[in-house]
Amino acid sequence: MTAGESYLIKQISVFSENRPGRLAAIAAALKEEEINILAFSIAEADGFGVVRALVDKPDKAYAKLSARGFNVAFTDVIAVQMRDEPGGLFEVATLLGTAGINIEYAYAYHSRDAAVLIIRVDRAADAAKVIKEMGGKLLSTITIQ
Amino acid sequence: MGPKRPRDQAPLPRDYDQGIIGMFWNEVIETLPPDALEALQLTRLKETVHRAMKVGFYKKAFREAGITQDSIKSLADVEKLPFTRKQDLRDGYPFGFFAVPLPEVNRIHTTSGTTGKPTVVGYTKNDLDSWADLIARNMTMVGVRKGDVFQNMVNYGMFTGGLGFHYGAEKMGCTVIPSATGNTKRQIEMIHDFGVNVIHCTPSYAMHLSEVAEETDFSMDSLKIGLFGAEPWSETMRRELERRLDVTAFDSYGLSELFGPGVAFECPERNGLHIWHDAYLTEIIDPASGERLGPGERGELVVTPLTKEAMPLIRYRTGDVTKLLEDRCACGRGTKIARITGRSDDMLVIRGINVFPSQIEHVILGLPEVGNQFMVYVDRVNHLDEMLIAVEMNRESFHGELTDLTRTQAKVAKSLRDALDLRTTVKLVEPGSLPRFEGKAKRVVDRRGVV
Ligand SMILES: [Zn+2]
Repeated sequence: MTAGESYLIKQISVFSENRPGRLAAIAAALKEEEINILAFSIAEADGFGVVRALVDKPDKAYAKLSARGFNVAFTDVIAVQMRDEPGGLFEVATLLGTAGINIEYAYAYHSRDAAVLIIRVDRAADAAKVIKEMGGKLLSTITIQ
Repeated sequence: MGPKRPRDQAPLPRDYDQGIIGMFWNEVIETLPPDALEALQLTRLKETVHRAMKVGFYKKAFREAGITQDSIKSLADVEKLPFTRKQDLRDGYPFGFFAVPLPEVNRIHTTSGTTGKPTVVGYTKNDLDSWADLIARNMTMVGVRKGDVFQNMVNYGMFTGGLGFHYGAEKMGCTVIPSATGNTKRQIEMIHDFGVNVIHCTPSYAMHLSEVAEETDFSMDSLKIGLFGAEPWSETMRRELERRLDVTAFDSYGLSELFGPGVAFECPERNGLHIWHDAYLTEIIDPASGERLGPGERGELVVTPLTKEAMPLIRYRTGDVTKLLEDRCACGRGTKIARITGRSDDMLVIRGINVFPSQIEHVILGLPEVGNQFMVYVDRVNHLDEMLIAVEMNRESFHGELTDLTRTQAKVAKSLRDALDLRTTVKLVEPGSLPRFEGKAKRVVDRRGVV
């Protein structure tokens, strides 16, 4: 395993139609398996969307949601730790900009321990390596999942 | 895995894979030379007109058209006869079209109408025998043999598909499993446990069967031949069914008013359907003018059954769109009709353009990014027809990105536009979320009439 790879975090991406109860159905399935949702976001298009979730047990979540009939895929994302104070996001964003990393989408979560920016980038392994080299803090797979 | 199939121990010798051209149920009648066929047709047409004269509807119609027993001197004279429409049969409910006394009617079937009373169809003992014989011809033609295990997965009630195939298959000596519809897992289990090698069902149910089979442990590798009918289906659908079920698929055409299934059937050439000319006098007409069209011209199929006793029909307007094929078939049988491209009552007119659901199916099945199920909704918005097509995303084509979905949606819309010459709205839905049909698929919901 190369240094970059352990920083690739498995995000669960679920195809979901825009109709009442779909999000609740996803949440219920995860709850039944006692899977903790660390962060999530929804990307919408015309009539449907993709629910993206960072969970503590991604393989279990994938299996459960698939069994429920959901169309699920894994997506590699990177979790960049931010300083939990004003300017934290600015620092990270500046770093990513300087490194020339193009972000497809991003969302954040905040816990007792840290503020984290989840980013989906092109060539995630290379990006993780660059961020590390420039002094950025990445959460590893082990800490989260 | 279940128990070992009996067929594994004693495989039935069959010549199917080597080609079966030359196999007939009734070789003489199936390959009658044109002049002998025409002589037989003329005799039977005269008999049919004679029988029809016992029916009130025809008595009146013939009188108005000046038709007597002597009016039919050649086959061309059939054009002097009036048409019979589905509505005429409905108006005759229940027994208005019977030409024999009720005690001679051995069985009754009905076909469901969308509104009001169904259409009643009656059969004498001879009719049932003629019908079973036609089914036996079709099944023999495609390579089914005495001793084959045949599972009949269609409705056994008033629908003619169940009992029609059942008695034909029994007549030719198959081991018949009257499984009817429903409980798909059990159907798959029986196919496996009984070593079924021939199935009959609607193409949509065959697709459903293959989908369910993928989730079970039972293999269906005993299957060889699939007989699919009761709804129009495309060549793409054929390839898909053959791949998924590992069968050779044959198109079956029939209409309850003309006995039921078995009127026309594909032979191993699978390039058009042999309609049985000794039993059905066939014309193709322009549905608007009623004028007869020549070979190769597409129009409405009009049939005068030549052997029906209980319920003779004259120039029955089937509403099915096809054409007569000019080329002689390598199998030695008579003139074929093209596969039905749609029924005139299924045809949708969207902003003045004719659309058959089979065209939509053809597009959907040709796109690997989406599944095989679809639904069509038609609405009128601000005096304009709007067609919405819902189609399922293919599980494997979703890699987690929103663009996987938007790109697929755009591709389906573009392909439909190219094929139909019509702008449609495509709604991409989750895999498995659209309705599955066990009988005739009802994929079109036309909401324009609803106020
Ligand atoms: Zn042929």
